[in-house]
Amino acid sequence: MSRAPLTVREEMLRRIHAHGIETYPYECCGALLGRDGDGSREVIDLVPLANRRDDSPRNRFEVTADDVRLAEKAAREKRLELVGWYHSHPDAPARPSEYDRDHAWPWYSYVIVSVQNGVAGDTASWRLQDDRTAYDPEPIETVEHPARIQ
Amino acid sequence: MAVKVIIPTPLRAYAGKQESVEVQAATVAEALSALTTKFADLKKHLFAEDGRLRSFVNVYVNDEDIRYLQKDQTSVKAGDTISIIPSIAGGLRHAAL
Repeated sequence: MSRAPLTVREEMLRRIHAHGIETYPYECCGALLGRDGDGSREVIDLVPLANRRDDSPRNRFEVTADDVRLAEKAAREKRLELVGWYHSHPDAPARPSEYDRDHAWPWYSYVIVSVQNGVAGDTASWRLQDDRTAYDPEPIETVEHPARIQ
Repeated sequence: MAVKVIIPTPLRAYAGKQESVEVQAATVAEALSALTTKFADLKKHLFAEDGRLRSFVNVYVNDEDIRYLQKDQTSVKAGDTISIIPSIAGGLRHAAL
């Protein structure tokens, strides 16, 4: 199934990459705040979060329920919605793993950045299918500034 | 007795786009069972194949995590609010695509 593009401000993409580089070789994670409209979705701001998987941060990330509530509160305060999550795959492709799929929620956009040898590279977004069996790619369209969805 | 279940944003599409649903229940288990009977598509997102709540599904009764109460046997009374709060997990290895 082809999805409508996820519009991401360039600054947000730069911040996601910077976060992935900062935490390399461990996984970074954070919340995507934005607006979800009729067939369109835009990422306007981020909430970088701590990876709570202290035991295995190279290949796992976790955002606790408390951190989810924190991100939802941040979104409400900015009059935005919590539209998804980002995380990095150190030295691995920007594609969801089986573990990602098993733990994913529908509706959210999952942005993954590949960080190879400490350099941020491919970035892709994915949405879980309704039946949980697979992800659909969600093309990322970058914009310099504007919020397209008012 | 009637309790309110708050539906998290990612699951609202499977619950008639409602932010909350009122169900009749005396325990959390009964409430979630009533909820998934009413909205069958919610079931696969809340419960694993063995029937247990998925590990990243967190349930609160009036802001108390049921893991620290009596889990899904936690009693509820009229007017209580049950919140379903996601936690988010993932990571690399074993590409799914």
